[in-house]
This record gives sequence, structure tokens and C-alpha cells, in this order.
Amino acid sequence: MITCKRFLEELEAYLDEQTTPELRSELEQHLAECPNCWVITDTTKKTIRVYRGMDPYPIPGELHNKLLSALTRVAHRQNPAVGEVLATREELETK
Amino acid sequence: MASTTSPAGFNETPLVTRARAGDLSAFTQLVEKYEGKIFRLARHITNSQEDAEDVLQETFLKAYEHLGEFQGNSKFYTWIVRIAVNESLMKLRKRKSDRSVSLDEQIDTGEDVIAREIAVWEDNPEDKYSQTELREILDQAVKSLPPIFRSVFVLRDIEELSSEETAEILGLTVPAVKSRLLRARLKLREKLTRYFKRKGDDIFDYL
Repeated sequence: MITCKRFLEELEAYLDEQTTPELRSELEQHLAECPNCWVITDTTKKTIRVYRGMDPYPIPGELHNKLLSALTRVAHRQNPAVGEVLATREELETK
Repeated sequence: MASTTSPAGFNETPLVTRARAGDLSAFTQLVEKYEGKIFRLARHITNSQEDAEDVLQETFLKAYEHLGEFQGNSKFYTWIVRIAVNESLMKLRKRKSDRSVSLDEQIDTGEDVIAREIAVWEDNPEDKYSQTELREILDQAVKSLPPIFRSVFVLRDIEELSSEETAEILGLTVPAVKSRLLRARLKLREKLTRYFKRKGDDIFDYL
């Protein structure tokens, strides 16, 4: 018989599907009988899902270009033969 | 070098090989591929636009300068994430108001995070808000986590690294990563409940 306390201790393993099949079925039995643990589990799963669904931030073009210029300077310092100046994003877009 | 496949099945190995041989345009393609993720990570850990911009630049410059030291037995992506995490934590430590940031900080093991808010959520809570509003809500919630939880959560659930990779990058044990991740997830769940709960239907209130 799984208690709520025990259920919460195993929640992490349950969410990441790292329990044994036996423990998993005991935990699921508890979920079917305990509305509070069911809500916590469901809303925690949704928490993970909404974060995973977010796209990375768009990088402002100016910031991207600043990074490329800095890289070009470092590359040139390390090896003066690298004279090529990298195309900025605007230049790439107009190609 | 072992062939490594990074997020979304992208095989970074040919680009990394060319970049290591001094091909700057190959390195630039790696920058284009990962800058958004690195910027997001830095933004979350430092909580500052300005610091995140510095971290982004420092990370790729350091990676470029030290490319010769990259062994190729881990993913390039994991390697730059580690640089970005270190740079971000340095920013936090430098900040006067955050003098005590330590990933090894003792965390209380009380049960304070466990479920004060028990309310059913909408089936697709993310659909209740515009992308901009949603981003604001999610970012605010992450921001409220203490740095130790924030770093673990960002690497595991936002950057989607494994517990093992997260442990390696943060210098924690795998069980420590797992227990912090659970607490972070539960804390965020609490924070988000007021935005995502189903309206007019606190069915467990009477319990």
C-alpha cells in the first residue's frame, strides 16, 4: 500500500519513467485512488510540457552581428591569414 | 572523434571537425545553430538581459579559442553549455546582491514545497495565453526559483539534457540533480497554478 508521502518520494522517478514496472503499477494504483496525488502529478507533467514547448529566444540581429565581429577579430589575431570578414545576417538575407 | 548527434537529430560532428581545422565559417554555423539556446540558458540563470548578452559572447569566444582542447568524447553542445553555465554562475557570484550563490548550498529537506495548491488545470493551459504572455509567465516563475534549483531545471527541462549530463556540468551527483529537479518542478507547479487552473472548478477545495 503506497502512501502519499511515499508516492511523492517516487514522483521524480515516475515522471522520468525510471521505476521498475512493479513500482510503476503500484504508483498508478495509488493515482487511481488519490485525487490529490493525481492532480499534483497531472499538473507537474503539464509544467514540464509547457516549458519544453517553448522556442528559444530570437537573438536580436545586432547581438548576433556583434558576436560574429568579435569572433572574426579573435580568429584574425590567432591566425592573421584568416582575413575574411564574416557576412552579417543582413548581408546573408539579401543574398 | 565519435559521431555525436545533438538536439533534434542534428549531427554536429562534420562542422566541429572543420571548425577544429580552423574553418571559421564552420564554427559560425555552429554559432547559428546554438546561439538561441545558449542565450536562453544564460538569460534564465543570470536573470539579466545584459549579463546574458555578455555570457553569449564570452561562451562562443572561449569555445573558439579553446577548440583545440575539446576532446570530442562529449557532445560539442554539452561542452559549450558547460562554458555558458560557468560564465553565468560567475556573473551571479559577482553580483553583490547574490553574494552567496553556491550550487553546493545545503537545501532544506522539509516538505514546504509539497502541494499547497491542489487545483485541476486546463487540458492545454498554454492555449489560454498568447506566446508573449506565456513566455512572461513561464520566465517569471523560473526567475523566482533559487539559483540551485534554477540551474538544474534549466538544464534538464528547458535544454533537455540528461540527469547525467546535468550532474557533470554542475558538478553535482545524479541523485542531487534528481532531488533538486523534483523540487524545482513542484515549486514551478505551485507558481503556475494561479494562471493555469481551470476556472470555477476548485473541486478539491472542500477536501
